[in-house]
Amino acid sequence: MLGPFLAVARRLLFVLPVLWAVVTLVFLLIHIVPGDPARELAGENASQQQYEAVRADLGLDKPLLTQYLNYWKGLFRGDWGQNPVTKQKVLSRISSRYPATIELALAALFFAIVISIPLGVTAATHKGTLIDSLSTLVALLGISLPSFALGPMLILIFSVQLGLTPVSGYREAASIILPAITLGAALSAILTRIVRSSVLEELGEDYVRTARAKGLPERQVIYKHVLKNGMIPVITIVGLQFGVLLAGAIITERVFSWPGIGSLLVDSISERDYKLTQGCILAIAATYVLVNTATDLVYRFFDPRIKLR
Amino acid sequence: MNTAAKAGIVIAAFMLLVAILSPLLAPWDKVQRQDLNARLDRPTMDHLMGRDQLGRDVLARIIYGSRISMLVGISVVAISSILGLALGAFSGYRGGWPDKLVSGFVFNVFLSFPGILLAIAMVAFLGPSIRNLIVALSAIGWVSYARLMRAQVLKVRELDFITAARALGASDFRIMTRHLLPNSIQPLIVQASLGMAGAILAEAGLSFLGLGVPEPIPSWGKMIDDSREFWFTAPHLFIFPGIMIALAVLSFNFIGDGLREKLDPKQRAR
Repeated sequence: MLGPFLAVARRLLFVLPVLWAVVTLVFLLIHIVPGDPARELAGENASQQQYEAVRADLGLDKPLLTQYLNYWKGLFRGDWGQNPVTKQKVLSRISSRYPATIELALAALFFAIVISIPLGVTAATHKGTLIDSLSTLVALLGISLPSFALGPMLILIFSVQLGLTPVSGYREAASIILPAITLGAALSAILTRIVRSSVLEELGEDYVRTARAKGLPERQVIYKHVLKNGMIPVITIVGLQFGVLLAGAIITERVFSWPGIGSLLVDSISERDYKLTQGCILAIAATYVLVNTATDLVYRFFDPRIKLR
Repeated sequence: MNTAAKAGIVIAAFMLLVAILSPLLAPWDKVQRQDLNARLDRPTMDHLMGRDQLGRDVLARIIYGSRISMLVGISVVAISSILGLALGAFSGYRGGWPDKLVSGFVFNVFLSFPGILLAIAMVAFLGPSIRNLIVALSAIGWVSYARLMRAQVLKVRELDFITAARALGASDFRIMTRHLLPNSIQPLIVQASLGMAGAILAEAGLSFLGLGVPEPIPSWGKMIDDSREFWFTAPHLFIFPGIMIALAVLSFNFIGDGLREKLDPKQRAR
């Protein structure tokens, strides 16, 4: 009985060094700034006093090890630093923007799943036909077309020409449609290919022959039997790709002026708000690591073949 | 090779040629020449891709941009593959604790968060420049080569001809460069082709975010970002660079997929 708990504990234990490395890398970022970041931030004409203040604000006035320990302490206390000018807290700015990004990523995920399952199944059941080649082509286009070209194109067609959706922004409910399609396009392309190959693999199994021999209609064979088993690799990819969506949102948010953590990150970079940049990167990276771990655990519980090991 | 891969080779070769010849096709003064009276002009016979928000010739900027894409793509593939090969081969061949550290920890850390995020982070703090872009993209790119090389080395290491070479007194370095590398090169070529596509896309993405090449050098991603205010009045400003990025990425992906299929008979059967 202890087996599954041990497996979970081992998996959780494995996350800790990764999280440690992520935090350490993010901490070190400010030290790769060429020259003196405090001087850079204070400006050429700053007095020595102003310069010292900025330096202290960034925590750069202490020895490296102390800075590192303080960084960790700050993380645990919820003190992720503040803007040197406006004194806005990093953590509160991140938490006010993060929900919009999660919303966008979930909508993109939903779009990708809804598109890819029928497309992938159809491609698999019509293997080698024109439909199959077409769906492969669409999938490849989805992977290759950058979101910052697809996004404007969608806005041009659906908002400007047809007037169906808002051009950008966050206020209306319909605002999420185009960003979600833009962000989800690449994932739906990847998922379509996975659904296709997964269904193809399952179609060769004995139980499919049995189901067909029983006289089940093909529709039922596919959707009741094949898809159920074929979904296991799809679920894993969905979990792993959720983090990729969070990273992809950085670009999509800029296209649509979506007020999420991605646009906060880009703004922080152009404003050279180092603490905020570090905070955004840490928040996205940590979510990514945690979602991946959660996927892995869920996957272990749902697939008996994996639990047995 | 399948048709798509052949088409990919033709397109990629054409783009490389254009990039190499770009100083002749689009001299710098033509790339930069402004004509504010002709701002946002639609494509005409004289200016096949129209003019941008400052009245500059879009085609000339696209041609110059191909140079940036190819330069960044090739540099990133070269640096990250050499780095990945060396580390992967060392890790796989040596085994023991160096292998545990590299494959058990370093690989996992790098695979544990999205590469593009790390690249954004590095360029954000290093400052935007072509060199920093290449450094950042190589820093995230080497891992896939290293994993591949390590797996290949583990597979080939125990084969008889390696044992024979060792018995003949060949040094570790000689075994790695003369025996392991040539026998592992095929999947690496596939990876390099896919890596080229990834690097071109990442360069365009970072440039779109304002983290790529600095002014006044044109890059496809930056051209789309710069024209943001004019997307709907002058859509040619984002459509042409968008098509170029998609074509470049698609062609290298096609080549990679085609090569993989050719090298791996199991995939062909499906």
